Formats: sequence, structure tokens, C-alpha cells
Amino acid sequence: MSTFTLVRRQIKYQNLVFWRNPAAAFFTVVFPLMFFFVFTLIFGNEEIPGSGVTTAQFYGPTLAVFAAVSATYTNLAIGTAIARDDGLLKRVRSTPMPPWVYLAGRIGSAIEIAFISAGIMLGVGVLFYGVNIYAVSLLGALITFVIGIAVFAVLGLLLAGLSPNGNTAPALTNATLLPLAFISDVFIPPSANAPAWLSTVADLFPLRHFAVSFGKAFNPLETTGASVGDFFDLKSLGVMLLWGVVGAILALRFFKWNPQAGSKPSKRRRGRTRT
Amino acid sequence: MTVAAITVENLTKSYGDVHAVRGVDFHVEEGEVFALLGPNGAGKSTSVEILEGHRKRSGGAVDVLGFDPETGGREFRDRIGVVLQETVVEKELTVLEAIQFHGDPYSKRRDAEELIEIVGLEEKTTARVKTLSGGQQRRLELALGLVGDPELIFLDEPTTGFDPSARRQAWTVIDNLRALGKTILLTTHYMDEAQNLADRVAVIARGEIIAEGTPDTIGADRRDVSIVRFVFNGDASVLPVDAVAGSNGAMEVKTREPVETLYALTSWAKQSGVALDGLTVARPTLEDIYLELVGEEENGGDA
Repeated sequence: MSTFTLVRRQIKYQNLVFWRNPAAAFFTVVFPLMFFFVFTLIFGNEEIPGSGVTTAQFYGPTLAVFAAVSATYTNLAIGTAIARDDGLLKRVRSTPMPPWVYLAGRIGSAIEIAFISAGIMLGVGVLFYGVNIYAVSLLGALITFVIGIAVFAVLGLLLAGLSPNGNTAPALTNATLLPLAFISDVFIPPSANAPAWLSTVADLFPLRHFAVSFGKAFNPLETTGASVGDFFDLKSLGVMLLWGVVGAILALRFFKWNPQAGSKPSKRRRGRTRT
Repeated sequence: MTVAAITVENLTKSYGDVHAVRGVDFHVEEGEVFALLGPNGAGKSTSVEILEGHRKRSGGAVDVLGFDPETGGREFRDRIGVVLQETVVEKELTVLEAIQFHGDPYSKRRDAEELIEIVGLEEKTTARVKTLSGGQQRRLELALGLVGDPELIFLDEPTTGFDPSARRQAWTVIDNLRALGKTILLTTHYMDEAQNLADRVAVIARGEIIAEGTPDTIGADRRDVSIVRFVFNGDASVLPVDAVAGSNGAMEVKTREPVETLYALTSWAKQSGVALDGLTVARPTLEDIYLELVGEEENGGDA
């Protein structure tokens, strides 16, 4: 079997495992959609004051980013840590499967799921909430999206390596992702009242760069009279890529294949709970 | 001519001050079924994991099919099969999918449906792994160890948790592998399993091999002993022989001169009108030898 086929089949198996686990599919696909429904209900689908975009036009892209980060960062961290606890990674290392092929399978599947969940989010926005998509920014949005989810996939594997076991992985992903989402213009639109240092802090992390540069592609004020090149935000892409490269080096350093002392195989596998 | 599939020389493994394996030597010939016996924590699993390439050794030399397991990589893993102590399979996959998934990377692959038949899971081919019973999951684990048609198979406590009939089935599978000329390294808690399957056994205790031989000759000097057992509900001191009392009046006499012992015992019984219910004379089983060896080692170590 060629290496390419091997990777392709690994992605297929990881997809099967993911979609057969209702809890994981719920949190990755349905949960962000629920945020979308709730936010547009609370705020009404009108223009957000001073932003030039409607509630749905703002939240569609940012929650698509959130869903994509859940599919990559959260799912890879939790799924891989649990697979390690259960000895699945050790079993894989008992076979001639090259380790990178197995990880490529997990990453590939996570990326596919990220595209699906972000696509559903934007699709619902376009069909039911009047979200507009602009041809001029599509390429930039796509490239930004691909880089963003690749970086968060790497960070997810890093977190799996740093988690002592599968039980701590959900706490670690939530403790890192949720506070960042609140200060990164994902859950809350940028506000003039927020202290400047908060946005400085947020800018150190990759999430805000991802959400803002992706969201820009859906902003009618930004897209009017713009050129294709305006949607490649080099600074944001650079910060994300830096996180990706450093994350990859650390992930390789901390990744473990054998179950760790004190970890127990999960009884009911892969029930992902958010705290 | 015999060729060694596994050679282990002065193998050691330490975790800080804890010496889990302390200078183990053994070899397994091609086509041989070799059983490693020993109590929990004796160093069996650590030794096997080093041979599988899952752990790094602290010292000594290890050769498995001409590879150093630490550096053998893909080529090495292509030729071995591993049945882990705990069954680990993605629970959301079906039996067929799990076998295909794990079989993918091998250069030689056994037919998945044929394997399912061999381990007796035909009825469960399209069932999710999570719906299998513990014994069925172990049989799936056995199938995963065989999917790459390996030359050398590591079976780490393959039948722990099996009911007696499932155990017999597993033994048949393992016997068939032997008939195909596969080399098998087995660890087990069950002496009847070692007795039935192994060509040679080694007993490991406290990180060292304390005895090695065939199941019928290991502990040679202990083999001359006969064990006389009977039931006597009285004070053992009135008996004309040195008996060790167990529960419910069970008596056990170990003797190197069974004729003398039986003569003394039965003539006393006849004169005293004692029935000696359940009187038997037996040679020590592998289990008797094992318990003696391990017991002495542990007492000796504590002293």
C-alpha cells in the first residue's frame, strides 16, 4: 500500500470514529451553531453599532473560526490524549505504521471536519441570516483559514503531549480556548470601551489574528474597492505561523506514545465534556 | 540447525533506583513457543516490552529477528505481531474495520474475513467493537496481532479473562500458529497454559530468571518428589509421616520415597481404622514447581 493511500485510509478511519461519536460531533458542529442562533436572537440581526456589519455578518465568520478551532485544537488534544490513555497509540507503534502517517491521519481528519463545521456555519448564515460572501476576499479567506486550522491542529497535538492524561485534556483546552475566545473578538465584537492592554494581550495569541483576518473578508466596508491582495494580512499570518512552527517543535518534543503513569483507559471512550 | 529468533543477554532495566529487570539472559529459537512465567511485577512485561520496541533497555544486548528493537523501525515491526495485555481498539469501529485499519501498514496482510473466522468472531464482523464482550475483545486483539502474518508473535497474557472454553479455542489458534512454524513468546499467569502450549518455559522473579527448561523438566531436582494427598480430620501429629495440613483436613506429604511413605501411612491407617479419603499420589505439576520456585525466591529475598 502506497504511503499516500495509507494516509488517505487513516483519514477515513479517523473520520468514521469522529462521526460515530455523537458527543464530539455535537460539540464541534452543533455547539457553535447554537451560539450563532443565540447571539442573533439576543442582539437581533441588525447592524452592530459602529462596525458596519450585521450581527450575523460578524458572528458567521468568527463562529466559523471557533468551530474550526474546536475541530482541530480541541478535538485533537482530547482525542489524542484519550487514545494514548487507552493504549491506542502504543498499539499503532506496534505496527509498521510510520508515526507521522498516523498523526497525518488525525490531522487530516480534523482539517476535514473543520472545513465541514465552518462550512455549515457559513452556509446557515448565508441561507437564513443574509450573510454576504465577497468574491474579492475569497482566496484570502481560504488561505487564512487553511493556515489557521493547520496551526491549531499542531497546537492541539502539543496540548495532547502536555496533558498528563485524557481527563485533564478537556480542562486544558477549555481553560486556554474559552478565555481567549472572549478577548479575541470571537464571542464579543470589538468594543471601544475595552482597555487597550486587553487587545495587546489577545494579539500575542493566534486566535484573534485568525478571527479578525478571516472576519475582515466578510466585512462590506473592507471589501468595497479592495483588491485580492488586501486579504492576506501578513502580520496576522506571520503571528499564526510563528505559533505553528514553535508549536510543532514543542509538540515533537513532548509527544508521548505510551500511556502515562496514573492514566486510566477511558470506560466510555471519547465522551467529550466541556466544563 | 536451529536459529535464534530472540537472543537476550544480560538485559537490565531500571527506573531510578528501582531495578525492574536485573540481568536477564534467554534465547528463543525459530519456530519455538517460549513462555515467560512469573508473578506480577517480576519483570515479565517490562522484558517483553523491550523486545517489542516499546521500551528502551538500560543495559545488555537484545537481538530480535536480527534487529535491535529500539532501532529496527518499520522493517522490524513489519515482521512481528503484538498481542497487548489490554485490548486496545477504537471502540467506534466495527470488527472488520478495526482489522483492516491495523492491517493497512503491513507488507503482507492476512485476509480480514479469514482472520475473523480463525478467532471465531464471524457473527460480529460488522458489530462495533464497543458492543463486544471482554472475551470477544481479547479475540479481536489476537486477530490484530496476526493481521500482518508475522514470523514472531508476542502474546502478553493472551487468555487473561477468558472463560474456559474461550481459552481452549485460543490455545487451538496458538497451536495452529506453531504448526505454521511461527515463533511465539508468551507470558502467562496460567501454568496449565504454559504446560499445554510451551516448548520451553523460564520463570522470572524479582527481575531475574530463576529457572528455565521444558514444562516437564524445569526444576529437575524438585521432580523426584511425589506428593501424597489425603483427607484426615484429626491432629496431624498422630500420623506416621510428616504431613502439612491444609483446610478441611486436607493433608499433603512430600516425599522422595513414595513406597516407604505409602507403606507407613497405609499400614498405620489399616491398624487404626482410618479411611484416608481421597488418597492420591502425584508427581508435582508445573504449577507446584512454579509456586515453590517463586515462593522460595520471595522468602529468600525478604530475609
